[in-house]
Amino acid sequence: MDNIIEMQAITKRFGPVIANREVNFSLRQGEVHALLGENGAGKTTLMRILYGLYHPDEGMIFVRQQAVRIHSPKDAIALGIGMVTQHFALVPTLSVAENVVLGFTGSFRLRYAEIEEQVAAAALRFGIDIDPSAIVGNLSVGQRQRVEILKALYRNAKVLILDEPTAVLTPQEVDALFETLRRLQKEGLSVVFITHKLDEVMAITDRVTVLRDGQVIETVETAHTSPSALARMMVGRETFGVSRRSSMEAGAPALQMVGLHALDDQNMPALKNINLTVRHGEILGIAGVGGNGQRELAETLSGVRPPTAGRILVGEHDVTGGSPADFTAAGVGRIPSDRHKGVVGELSVAENLTLERLMEFTKGMTLDRAAMLAYAEDLIAQFQIKARPTDPIRTLSGGNMQKVLLARVLARNPKVVIAPQPTRGLDIGATDYVREQLLAQRKRGAGVLLISEDLDEILALSDRIAVIYEGEIVGLLPAQEATAEQLGLMMAGAVKEEVNDV
Amino acid sequence: MSKAQFIIEKNENPSVGWRLLLPILSLLGTFILTSGLILWGKANPLEAYYYFLIAPLSSRFSLLEVLVSSTPLILTGVAVTFAFSAGYYNIGAEGQLYAGAIAAAGLGLIVGKLPMPLAVTVMLVGGFLAGMAWAWLPAWLKVKWAVDEVVTTLLLNSVMAYIVSALLNGPWRNPESGWPQSPEIAPSAHLPKLVAHSRLNLGFLIAVLAVIVLWFVLTRTPFGLKMRAVGLGKPAARFAGIDVERTMLISALVSGGIAGIAGVCEIAGIQYHLTDAISAGYGYTGIIIATLGALNAWGVGAAALFFGVIDTGAQTVSRSLGVPVYLGEVTQATMLLVTLAMFLLQHYRIRRRTSWTSS
Amino acid sequence: MDFIVSLSAATLRVATSILLAAIGETYTERAGVLNLGIEGTMFFGAFVGFYVADISGSLWSGLLAAIISGILAGLLMALFSVSFGVNQHVSGLGLTLLLSGLSLYAFRLRYGGLATPPSIEPFPQLRPFGDLPILGPLSEQYLLTYLTFLVIVPLAWWILYYTDFGLKLRAVGENPEAVDAAGVNVYAIRYAALAIGGGLMAAGGAFLSLAQLGAFTHGIVSGRGWVAIALVIFGNWDPFKVTLGSLIFGGTFALQLRLQAMGLQLPIPYETFLALPYLVTILALVLAGRNASYPAALLKPYRRE
Repeated sequence: MDNIIEMQAITKRFGPVIANREVNFSLRQGEVHALLGENGAGKTTLMRILYGLYHPDEGMIFVRQQAVRIHSPKDAIALGIGMVTQHFALVPTLSVAENVVLGFTGSFRLRYAEIEEQVAAAALRFGIDIDPSAIVGNLSVGQRQRVEILKALYRNAKVLILDEPTAVLTPQEVDALFETLRRLQKEGLSVVFITHKLDEVMAITDRVTVLRDGQVIETVETAHTSPSALARMMVGRETFGVSRRSSMEAGAPALQMVGLHALDDQNMPALKNINLTVRHGEILGIAGVGGNGQRELAETLSGVRPPTAGRILVGEHDVTGGSPADFTAAGVGRIPSDRHKGVVGELSVAENLTLERLMEFTKGMTLDRAAMLAYAEDLIAQFQIKARPTDPIRTLSGGNMQKVLLARVLARNPKVVIAPQPTRGLDIGATDYVREQLLAQRKRGAGVLLISEDLDEILALSDRIAVIYEGEIVGLLPAQEATAEQLGLMMAGAVKEEVNDV
Repeated sequence: MSKAQFIIEKNENPSVGWRLLLPILSLLGTFILTSGLILWGKANPLEAYYYFLIAPLSSRFSLLEVLVSSTPLILTGVAVTFAFSAGYYNIGAEGQLYAGAIAAAGLGLIVGKLPMPLAVTVMLVGGFLAGMAWAWLPAWLKVKWAVDEVVTTLLLNSVMAYIVSALLNGPWRNPESGWPQSPEIAPSAHLPKLVAHSRLNLGFLIAVLAVIVLWFVLTRTPFGLKMRAVGLGKPAARFAGIDVERTMLISALVSGGIAGIAGVCEIAGIQYHLTDAISAGYGYTGIIIATLGALNAWGVGAAALFFGVIDTGAQTVSRSLGVPVYLGEVTQATMLLVTLAMFLLQHYRIRRRTSWTSS
Repeated sequence: MDFIVSLSAATLRVATSILLAAIGETYTERAGVLNLGIEGTMFFGAFVGFYVADISGSLWSGLLAAIISGILAGLLMALFSVSFGVNQHVSGLGLTLLLSGLSLYAFRLRYGGLATPPSIEPFPQLRPFGDLPILGPLSEQYLLTYLTFLVIVPLAWWILYYTDFGLKLRAVGENPEAVDAAGVNVYAIRYAALAIGGGLMAAGGAFLSLAQLGAFTHGIVSGRGWVAIALVIFGNWDPFKVTLGSLIFGGTFALQLRLQAMGLQLPIPYETFLALPYLVTILALVLAGRNASYPAALLKPYRRE
């Protein structure tokens, strides 16, 4: 079979970090090829090189046996390569048709009727169901992904790169995506499928290339391998993960949400009548597909987003409408959902660690720098953070940054821990560390609210699991009784039940 | 086929050598860019730069003049730094300076009976409050209604210019000469001279004090840390429980107050009456100075002193060589742009690499 | 009636320079760049236009030179804000200070410190409707005013919404990553927007020196650039709404001129009327503030890595 793409001995460095080390990768005409690896294994970097977004330091690329240099996405598109990135490259204020033709109109003057017709025709041809005149900002995540795929196909892509396409989809939307891919494959499209999920690899791909630490471990035929073999290649050890070891007797209510409502940034309802209780000594997991109100829930419980109705109780203490400082004072340990928005990059580790409680580090009217540094030294040792107290925090790795945020919160033995997406983007070691810390908090008797889009994480850690869908809690069940299928249906909004856990 | 290629890559931590070289390269670049203008003015660039940078430092008189002309620049530089550090883009120091000047010109007429120290204190406090008051509206609109402060502070500068004009053409117009200039303030309201027979006055010490206060607040107090946290990362600061709005509001008001003090120092230290030309764009130059000083108190002080040299030197160049005095403004703006480019360059280095093949 | 007609005619005249600049700023902000160099670019355009017209004797040469100088100023802004990724507030103000200083320097070199500013014969006003009532005096305007309202504004609207370039430009101001991924050069679009914007801003300045005043003075622009920036926000980045804003501003300004010219003894200083448009603009910003849909990528330099 012919190789449509061949990448030979690709090396890419970012400063001292080697993201790809002499990577060889080939894509056959008409195959679906998985690029499998943990976060940070170098999958996305390799494909960004193929799409012209990065330039390799060494190595060669062949497209249809021709050596090529891909300087920019423009070159890649001309070679018939299309990419759907994890963060969609769409302009929310423009229509579907405008997004699809952007940079590919062929004439200076835009005739909207013609454009929409052409886009509609293309959508029909490729079997993608989408309204060309809809404004992208109003579409669901699954619909936006279809726009992205249509955009690539409209540019005559013969090779389609999909970067973690299922991360934001419900199991049902994933099925629809796979169906589309199979149909396109029959028409001769070649697909690179970046993922870290083994079941998807088994379900849709013909071959798999496994990357670890920027290097290719092996390329195998999917039919000739197994999930456990792939897992071994991917992580380099047989078992992994941390999970809840024992069930514990849950205690008194630590955090109660009573009839909680809140709006999102566009002033649309984001949380609708949330009634939940997190008890001392339990982890309550909130499962759901991204964008269903998780961020708003975490922000409301952190005091940065005021609820429009309802009450928040910490123990007996009503903190509704309080400031972030009030929540901290009431004993709520708040981990930010977006690490980079939770730390001030230019400030030092010590300054970030003490930012929530500067009053304790003030002598007279001046800051007690010595005390701040000593405190930071302590936590750095205790939480095994690889940094010095005076390092600007932006220089830390994601894992160490997350440890700083954990240390800031957990050092105070909070009564409640709010942990939204605590392991997103972390490597395996850091992920295990964070999960162990959350379990330790549970053991200590804190109530932990774990909000995660990673269903495996929810299943591994939670005592009870609530499912959020379009801002509502549509299900609540003990972890022992939960299955991935059942949760998937709830996450897709197919099953709803009234939940009142107060 | 493999061939050598030069690429630019990021260098997060520039070497010490680079940092020392930076001001020298900036100066050199500025010199090259401005010498064309000097030649156009039919003067020798080297000679012009001698008058520009060396002459002001070579006599006692001109050295004192440098300190005099850097006084308002230090104050507006500090004022702007205060606001910018907290992420509040106060472009209105010019208007706030005039607000302070109006207060000084007005108070100076009625504090004649008070002893000098008290009169001067009243002037300074009054100017501070006036600058603060003029800074209040855009700051309040920003924190309460999220109205862009850049635009509102800019617009209010124009409004302040009309207020000054209305005062000078109305109640304060000199009845005899008809000149648009306010009556002279009482002698007891004059800032005392630091050196006899010179223009150097207490205003300079106040400016130095402002630099020290800025340094102390930014690096030594919890409020300063909060300011920097807000300026460097609003969402993170909010998350950590810092009252972002309050921090910005206070910083904006203090910024306005310090700019107001700059106005007081010009009235009570130099001019003794209000005209519509007491500021040669000091409020705007303060933004350049804050940027060149990298929002660091000592850097701001140094940049302001250097700009004082340029301002004084521009007068000398103009007198000696007949080159228009606006050369000073052009040089300052050029220096800002050249330095911005250099700041950037120091974070990159050029490296040779062997590229992959081309077909 | 006469008063209203002459006020309306004056409104159009006064609004022209600000509208030209505001349309220029609309282009740059739609592409994601706040150009605070606007004030200096207008001033520079006013000077270059006047200077070239004076030495060449041709007003049109002056206008052309002004537009070219404005394009160059826009490209300089692009070098700093787009290529170097410098903070747009700082680089824009730096540009304004540079261009103001440069204009004053060159003016002083050429004309010395004259007590009365030199003047030139400005562009004549057209009067296509002759002595017809209302229409006659109302139509007495400069050709540039006609061009601005009847060509520049509709053209800007057409370019932004009905051309390939406009689509890319709007997309660059909202999500440059998407534009880059679509194979379009983000930098080229922003450079083009800043060049067009600079040309229009300088034309706005040149209108003042070549048509409205027939002279160049220190205070010729006096904050009109800042007003233009506010009008762009007020007009929600839409050329026609920006035009509406410029007419409101021009109207208050013209009214003030009329009242002053009538020599009425008012209990309040005439400066109140001068300041009024600025205060009205601030009020408009507050009212528009909640609905203002800033281009999402405004102020953000684009970097691929």
